[in-house]
Order: sequence, then structure tokens, then C-alpha cells
Amino acid sequence: MPASIQGAMSEFTLRGENLHLWRGERHVLKGVDLAIGSGEVLQVTGANGAGKTSLLRLLCGLLQPEEGRVLWGGADVHADPAALQVNCLYLGHEPPLKADLTAAENLRYWVGLRQPVTPSALREALSTVGVAQVAGRLVRTLSAGQRRRVALAAVLLVAAPLWLLDEPTTNLDADGQALVGRLIDAHVAGGGLAVAAVHHPLQVGPGRLRQLELVVDRP
Amino acid sequence: MNAAATMPAVSAAVGLPRVAPWTAARALLARDLRLALRRRDQLVQPLAFFALVTTLFPLAVSPESSQLRMLAPGALWVGALLAALLALDALFREDAHDGTLEQLVLSGQPLALLLLAKTAAHWVLTGLPLSLMAPLLGFTLGVPAVAFAAVTATMVLGSVALSLIGAIGAALTLGIRRSGVLLAILILPLAVPILIFGARATTLAIRGQSIAAPMELLAALAVLALTLGPLAAAAAVRIGLE
Repeated sequence: MPASIQGAMSEFTLRGENLHLWRGERHVLKGVDLAIGSGEVLQVTGANGAGKTSLLRLLCGLLQPEEGRVLWGGADVHADPAALQVNCLYLGHEPPLKADLTAAENLRYWVGLRQPVTPSALREALSTVGVAQVAGRLVRTLSAGQRRRVALAAVLLVAAPLWLLDEPTTNLDADGQALVGRLIDAHVAGGGLAVAAVHHPLQVGPGRLRQLELVVDRP
Repeated sequence: MNAAATMPAVSAAVGLPRVAPWTAARALLARDLRLALRRRDQLVQPLAFFALVTTLFPLAVSPESSQLRMLAPGALWVGALLAALLALDALFREDAHDGTLEQLVLSGQPLALLLLAKTAAHWVLTGLPLSLMAPLLGFTLGVPAVAFAAVTATMVLGSVALSLIGAIGAALTLGIRRSGVLLAILILPLAVPILIFGARATTLAIRGQSIAAPMELLAALAVLALTLGPLAAAAAVRIGLE
């Protein structure tokens, strides 16, 4: 990797300060603080309903915190969401794919919203995640695990420094779970950042892993 | 395992040029058109509805051609309005359901422009076919052949305005299940001016008179909807996804 890009990547930081979020009557996030920089992955854990998804959606700007703020590179994301969003890829717990388009078409249109995508890069990403053979098949004919892998191919194709992954290993077999770990490790090793809500332990390089445990509200 | 091997290329791609908003909007338009071609049944439904509604009028009122000709503008416009409304419900619903709408919001591209592209695709798939079909149905209601071009032209303008206004309603009702009726209640009052000027223009066209005045008012409505509609829809989508 060219040194200049390494240098540029190392400047990225994501911070959450005293984040409070209400969903209806529930106080989901109560003063969450987090901070990661380039080369680090934040693993978010917690029981169902602890607010993992809410936290990720809040970080990418889909939700607004009632209190506190999210800072990308020191600047408040609320003031300029696009500054974060062009540098960020959020993958929710359902792969955002169109059932009536093929896997390759889905990636072309999805990634094509952000940056040019060449057929060779597309093939390469699909083979990296182990689903090169389904490129031409309609997504509605794919298994849940294959869809998940296609979505991961999009994560690879979008050259975003920040990954926000919500349960990226859902529906994946053991091999797929290991793949997600390797992809995240390689991403942060290359200077990227990741926030992942994953239940199983993440195998990443020494000093790269940070943990955040969200606790469920007990009335 | 070659994940690590591909990563440098991916990371280096941070320096890649982002696509222009216009290119992104065009890609989205192409995506929606391609999707529609894979699901032709959804294209046919509003047209069949339009044909059915307008053929109900001769049955309910009178098959006499002089009366039908008087009824024709109203029947065509009410039918087209309801058919367009029927299709509007689906404008953002599927994208919201499968998560692709979130990706539009998060793409870093101007959301209003992307929604405008989606609305344009929607118009090409419903408003335009309805406009092209109107003279055909008008013919069965006794509209003279000389008025066909004018009928299509009024419908084209009216449906453009309706799609843009309807996009706001579709975005506002995103978070609500079975929102079809609510959408109609929201949109129909806003669509009344389109109905009035559109039906007026069609009446004038059938009489062989100039349609310039109502057409100009329809065009003004379309321009207003074009400038404000996508912005309002974008704001509504952001709220709807919360």
C-alpha cells in the first residue's frame, strides 16, 4: 500500500460521547462512550434488545441521539452527515439486496451509487467471499448464507475506511464466520476501522480489538 | 484464503474517484427500470385498473355517446388519478423493506436527487403508460380523434406533477403498515388542482378549443412539484427510516 494512503487512513477516528437514545418509551442507550482509530475494531456485544443495532444505526446517522454526539475525525456528524457517510459502509442484519436482480447486478447498482465498479473487481470480490459461482443468479434463488456473502462482497468493493457491521455472521457456516473475522482483520490491518456487533470472539491482530458491552435495561 | 491479498487493492481504492451524483441517479433509474421489467405484472395492474374504472362509467351512467363525451374528461382523470395512486404506494415500500433505501440514504449522494430518479422511474412505468392509454380509453368514451394528442399531453403533465407530489406522500407513510388509504387521504387533496386543470384541458380539447391556459397552470404545478417534491420526500424518508 502506498505510504500516502496509509497516512491518510491513519487519520480517521470515530468517537461517540455520552450517547443517549430513546426508542419510544425505552431508554436504549444510556450514556455510551466509545472511541476507535484507524487499525482498530470495536466489538459490540450484549443480549438481544441491548441496543447493538440502535448504536450502529446511530453511528452512521440513520438515528439521531437524544443526547451526546458522534464525532468523525473530530467533527460532529450531526452537522455534516455526508462527511461520515462517504467514508462509511453500514451493513444491517438483513443483506440489502434486490431479490429480482442477480448478485452481480445488485453489487453493480449498490456499489455504483458510490464509486465506479469494474466487472473484474466485482468478480474478484465475489470470489474472495466464496460465491463467485452465483454472480449471475437472481438473489431470490440464493440461500440466506449466500446472500450474506454477496453483501460482504459489497463491503469489500466499497472502499470505505469505516465498516459498521450488524451481525455480519448471521446465517454463515463456520467457514463463513472465520471469513468475516479474516476480512475485518485484514481491513483494520490496512488502516481501516470497524465496529461490529458479533457474538463469537473476533480473531484480529494483537492490540487491535476493543470491546463494548451493552447491558439490557432491567425495570 | 486470499482475503488479505485483496485488501491492499481495496484500501488503496480510498483514493478512487467517487461517482458524480448525476451518475448515481442514472444508475438508480436504470436499476428500477430493470427491476420493473422482471416484474411485469406490477406494470399491468394500474393500466388494467384504469381501463376498468373508465369502462364502468358507460355502464353506470348511459351508453349514449353525447353524454359519454361530456363525461369523458372526468372519467379519464378520476380513473388515471386513482390508478396512479394505486401504484404510488409501492414507490419506496420495497426499498424500505429490503434495506436498499437505507443504502441510498447512506450513499453520501444527495438523497433528493436519488429519490427524484426513483420518482422518474416510477413515472416512466406508470404515468407515461397511463397517459398513452388515455386516448384509447377516451375513444371508447367518444373522444374525437383530433383531441387524442392533447389528451395525452395533458395527462403527461398532470401525471408528472402527481408522481412528484405522490412521492412525498409515499415517503411520509413509509413507517406505516397498510398505508394505501392513508396515502390516498394525504395525496388526493393535493391532487385536486391537477384534476381540475387536467379535466378542464381535456374538456377544451374535446371541444376543439385552445388548451393553453390550463396546460400552463398544469406546467406550473409540475415545476413547483419538481422543485419542492424531492426535497420534502428526502426529509420524510430520513424520518421514516428512524
